[in-house]
Order: sequence, then structure tokens, then C-alpha cells
Amino acid sequence: MESHDTSTVRARPEPLRAVPVRHPGRWVAVAVLAVLVAMFVHLLVTNDAFNWSFMVDKMFRPPIIEGLLRGTVLMTVSAMLIGVTLGVVVAVMRLSDNPILRGVAWLYTWFFRAVPRLVLLAVFGNIGILWSRIEFGVPFDTQLGQLFGIDNLQLRLFGFSSRDILTGFMAGLLGLALSEAAYMAEIVRAGIQSVDEGQTEAAQALGMSRGQLLRRVVLPQAMRVIIPPTGNETIAMLKDTSLLLYVPVSVELFFQLDAVGKRTFQIFPMYVAACLWYLFLTSILLVGQYFLERHFGKGYGPAGRARLRLRGMTAETGGGGNSGTVGPA
Amino acid sequence: MSELIPGQAGAPAAESRTGAPADGTGLMVRAEQVHKSFGSLEVLKGIDLQVRAGEVCCLLGPSGSGKSTFLRCINHLEKINAGSIRVDGELIGYRERGGRLHEMREKEVAAQRRSIGMVFQRFNLFPHMTVLGNVTEAPVLLGREKKAAARERAAQLLERVGLGDKLGAYPGQLSGGQQQRVAIARALAMRPKLMLFDEPTSALDPELVGEVLDVMKDLARDGMTMIVVTHEIGFAREVGDTLVFMDGGVVVESGDPREVIANPRHERTRTFLAKVL
Repeated sequence: MESHDTSTVRARPEPLRAVPVRHPGRWVAVAVLAVLVAMFVHLLVTNDAFNWSFMVDKMFRPPIIEGLLRGTVLMTVSAMLIGVTLGVVVAVMRLSDNPILRGVAWLYTWFFRAVPRLVLLAVFGNIGILWSRIEFGVPFDTQLGQLFGIDNLQLRLFGFSSRDILTGFMAGLLGLALSEAAYMAEIVRAGIQSVDEGQTEAAQALGMSRGQLLRRVVLPQAMRVIIPPTGNETIAMLKDTSLLLYVPVSVELFFQLDAVGKRTFQIFPMYVAACLWYLFLTSILLVGQYFLERHFGKGYGPAGRARLRLRGMTAETGGGGNSGTVGPA
Repeated sequence: MSELIPGQAGAPAAESRTGAPADGTGLMVRAEQVHKSFGSLEVLKGIDLQVRAGEVCCLLGPSGSGKSTFLRCINHLEKINAGSIRVDGELIGYRERGGRLHEMREKEVAAQRRSIGMVFQRFNLFPHMTVLGNVTEAPVLLGREKKAAARERAAQLLERVGLGDKLGAYPGQLSGGQQQRVAIARALAMRPKLMLFDEPTSALDPELVGEVLDVMKDLARDGMTMIVVTHEIGFAREVGDTLVFMDGGVVVESGDPREVIANPRHERTRTFLAKVL
């Protein structure tokens, strides 16, 4: 670029002197917003029904913190772990050559995406009404036994009482994780399909099997497409743990806050507390999502490449790349 | 690119290798009556091709003539509909047992591909791995080499293609010519006995074509068996042992590249060469 003038070594040109464009609209917007904010603060401060001191006093109580840690945070992490793992499996099944696996995967995503999460949770929470024991073994064993003249034949490998296992936390986890897996399967499938066909061919040409190339070549690249919506899913999951109220799961943030509110007839302060807690938790997740996306975007796309190039450039010129800005008039 | 260097590079005994009927020995690739259709479109209509070990065979032809498809059939990226392809005597994609052909399992096909290197028009490097990672990935993953040994060998290969200083770079930071040279090193890392090149310079800026061709010439001099789909007539003339001209899914003519280019026997070859030369 500097080939036409090699005598002056990187002479910086004089900054351009120009009057910048004025933005009167911005000042109007600021004024309008200031009034609106003042109105909002007025609402918050002058209404005693908010009962702020009561809210602050209650929202850090041990049962609520325990509900937050177990019912919200632990539940979100567990449900997402199961959901993502199962989702990858379902997505790979959906894209496999095996028509039976493909069909099963389709059926799975169809069912769990078609039933609302709230309904699903209510169903899982009350499954004990249908079956007091859940057992695994030969299907129709008793009926088959009758065919051969054996009374009350039981071929069960193992089982458990639904009231022991499928209540509260486990029922909620199952409902959330299974439903999440269906959504994750679609996200993972889109991610896998977004990877250039040439990548698969190159890996195949090197002699990798389908599993190997999926694990080492395709999925790591699909991550870039999978991570952002998965972040959104995690945030949605965190908020959806409040639906566990209907399982019900008692060791859960919203259940606890709701209970305190109903017990003390201070319903609204506790709802505000719920808003604040969820705002706080999702904000943490947003920060995490930012760093995850940055990590998986390395070496890619205009942004990633620009960053790499910029690093090389600043190393070359010794920093200071803002010679093009317009000076203040 | 057409510097006129009348063939001196690796052309001893030019007569003995022009598509003469094989005796079965020393033949790296033997394709017989290969047919391939995509739906109702017949792309290959009976291709016969023989490539001896150590030979460089250039496939030339207009786009849509089936040359890339044929190349992809050789490592079973495309399944053929009729005919047979043997690489080093081994039937590709099928096994003969009791007079019947059995389709190979995916794992067996993968094992066959390990000894056949392939270089693509659009490089297809793994963008999430460094240059070194690209080259070491397959040998390490497939248990060919230990990690340290693979790294050492990868460094040698990259040195050989002139990229010894780019081991830690990501493909996105390299020029097209550099990427293609990494792709060649990646294929060589599996110690292939045959290298397939699918228009390796077609996606490159004109000024970067030379550096890739130089690497390929170097490979040819080392005695690598190569099948090259290309539009680089100069390359075919300089290092090719055979030139195969394809059009409409058939081999129109083949022979010594210098001979075919200088005196094409068929009208179709003549008109094509007149346009590209």
C-alpha cells in the first residue's frame, strides 16, 4: 500500500477536519426516557404494597436459597446435560442411514415438541396414579403365561416404586430433560447439516469412519452453530424450572417464594423477588454464553479472522490503529 | 503457466506405458467398464483406465465430462453402477466371494481409502485445527502413528511443501496456495500408494497456481502414482506419463501427453485443446 511513497516512513496524514453529523433525535429520546424512568421509579417507591423491606428480608432465607441451588441451578444443569447428550444421540439417529433409527428419532422429536412442557411435567409428576411400580422385563409376561396355562407368570428384571423415584425432583428432571432433548436434537441436526459436505468427504478420503469423522471433524465445527441456541435453551431451561411448581417439586425457587407469599399474604413482594432472582441468574448465564461463543468461534468467519489479522497487524505496527478517526470540530 | 519445457522430467521409456494391455503386474489402478449414473443421468458410460505404479496420469476434459466423478469412484466416494475398479489389485468397495460380489462394510471401505490420498479443488482443510493438527489428525486417530512421531513426520512433510513455518497457523490464516499445499501434506501423512488430485489448482489465484504445481511435480519425481484431474496443460505435458481426454462420460483418446497435445487424433480433442491452449 505504501509502495508509491517509500521515502517517508509511515507518515501519518493530518486528521480530517470536518463537522460531525448532529443527532438531535438522540437528545429528544434521552429526555423522553428520563421522564418515563422517573414515572417508573415513582411507581416503585410510592406504593407501599411492594413492601421492599419484607421482600429483602425473606428472599435470602435458607429454604429459598436451597430451592434456588437444588431446584433451579442443579435442575437446570442436570436437565441440560441429559438433554444435550440425548439430543446429540437423537440428532445422529435422525441423520443416520438406518431408516428405523431415523423413524424413531422423528417420532421422539414429534412427541416431545408437540406436548407443552407444563403438561408434560404435570403428567410425569402424577405418573404414580397409573403405575405404582415401574418394572422392566418381558412385556405381556402374565398374558403370555396364561396362554401356556401358567398362572401369574412374572418375568421382571428390576423395578422400583414410582412413589420412591418418580416424584418431585426426578419426575421434574425427567420431564424437562426429555423435552429438552427433542429441541436439542433439532439444534444439533441443523448444526451438523451446516458443516460443509467437503469436510465429510475429506475425512472419508483420509479413511475415517462415520463415527470418527462425526466426532473429530463435523461436531466440533457444528458447535459454532449449536452453541448460541444452546445458550438460549439453557436460559429458557433456567426459567422453565419455575414450571416445576406443577409437578410439584417443593425444593425449588419459585415454589418456595410462592409458598412464602401465600402463607404471609404478601404475594406480590415475593413475585418481585422471583423476578430479581431470575434476572440475576440469567445474567450470569449470558456472560457465560458470551465466552463460550468466543471460544468456539476461533479461527472462523469474518470476526474471528479479523481478530487474528488485527493481532498480526498490531504486532507489526506496534499498536495504535485509529489514525482514521475524525477529530472533534 | 505453459512454459515450453519439452518433456525431460521423468520420461524415460515413454512408449512402454501408454495404456498397453496389462499383464497384471505393476498396475496400480485398473478400471474396467466403469458406469455411473445419478438418477437417470448417466455420467460415466464405460470408462477403462490403467495406471502403472509410479505413473502420473492426467485426466483432461470439459466440465461435465465425468472426470471428477470418475476420480471420486476410485476411492469409493461415489458408488459405481457397473464395471470394476481395482487399486493395487484390490477391488474397491466390493469383495468377491464364491463368484458373487458383496458390498463392503463402511469400516472396510474406510480401510481401503487409507492408502489412497485425495486432494480436493476446495482444499477442505479442517478449519478448527491448526496446520499441524490437520496433518497429524488421521495418522494418530487411525492408529498409524504415535502422536510424537506423527508430529515429527508432519513437520517434515510441511517443510517439504514449503510451509515449515506455518505449523501453528489455522487454515483461515493461509492463502489458497498454502492451504492446498497443507492439503497435500495431509494426504501424504497417511503414506498413500496412490494420490488423486481433483482440480487442485482451479480454485486458486493465478499467481498461486505455480507453488502447488511445484509440489506436485516434486511428488511425481519421487515416483508417487498420481491421477490428476486438471486444466493445466503445461503440467500434463511436463510431468504426465499419460493423458486421458474425456468427454460425455467416455474416454475419447489417451496416450503420451506430448503426443496427444501436439497431434490430437480426434476432432473433439482438437477443438477442446484449441480453446484451452
